[in-house]
Amino acid sequence: MSLLSRYLEGAGIPTVILGSAWDIVEYCGVPRFLYTDFPLGNPCGQPGDSSMQADIVARALSLLETATAPGRIVETPYVFTGTTPWRDRYLEINDENREMLRQKGEARRAERARLRAEGKVRTE
Amino acid sequence: MKDTNLPVPYMERTRQFYEAQGFTKAYAWAHFDDIPFTPLEKPLADCRLGYVTTASTYARAATDARFVDSGSMSSPPERLYGDDLSWDREATHMNDRSSYFPVGYLNAMVADGRVGGLADRFHCIPTEYSQRRTLESDAPEILRRLNEDQIDIALLVPL
Repeated sequence: MSLLSRYLEGAGIPTVILGSAWDIVEYCGVPRFLYTDFPLGNPCGQPGDSSMQADIVARALSLLETATAPGRIVETPYVFTGTTPWRDRYLEINDENREMLRQKGEARRAERARLRAEGKVRTE
Repeated sequence: MKDTNLPVPYMERTRQFYEAQGFTKAYAWAHFDDIPFTPLEKPLADCRLGYVTTASTYARAATDARFVDSGSMSSPPERLYGDDLSWDREATHMNDRSSYFPVGYLNAMVADGRVGGLADRFHCIPTEYSQRRTLESDAPEILRRLNEDQIDIALLVPL
């Protein structure tokens, strides 16, 4: 989405990204980014919290008005309400899943090779 | 590592995760020194908004080929799909459409006069490993559709 943001902006369309992967978006470099420190999957706010969601969307559109230079990143004040220590758990590698991940990788490479052989991957 | 309020280092986590799966070539994340910028040149109240998501209008597997797709904003689908994408299935869910596809709030902002209007359709951009494919194929196709929609601004929401 960061690449699209840059592409559209270069074509004369003001854009704003609303999301949670701060490092990926910041590293790429985009015109405007409203960041919420949430697990990936709910960029517009906590499920079930309509006032938070409406506010986040409103803040994103306000950023179109207030940003005067490229690379503007604004963080919302919201904290995710959940029961797991999600920051540490996401894509965690540990002794319990290490072998499973290795096997998953092998299966994935085999599947990709099969799809490629059958012409079921994008080529353009 | 403690569960602090620092942003999650997704690039590093992803690198380690795929390394653990036996992939030998680390993904080179997109990076540019320059950033394009188009100022907003008229009031939001006079702007027509286009919406783009990385979610899809139909369920697909991670290995399915992905293509640019579009759906209706005026009679939007009850949900979008992200089964093929990387997001935190353990911490959260996609059962509340408004948490990733805020069409209701956008309609309310139009009704309030805060935004001029919405395009009749939204667009789905595929998340592709190949940055060339995104830049040379999918982004131009999204731009073509947004120009057809005669939008002034774009709200981009990755899962």
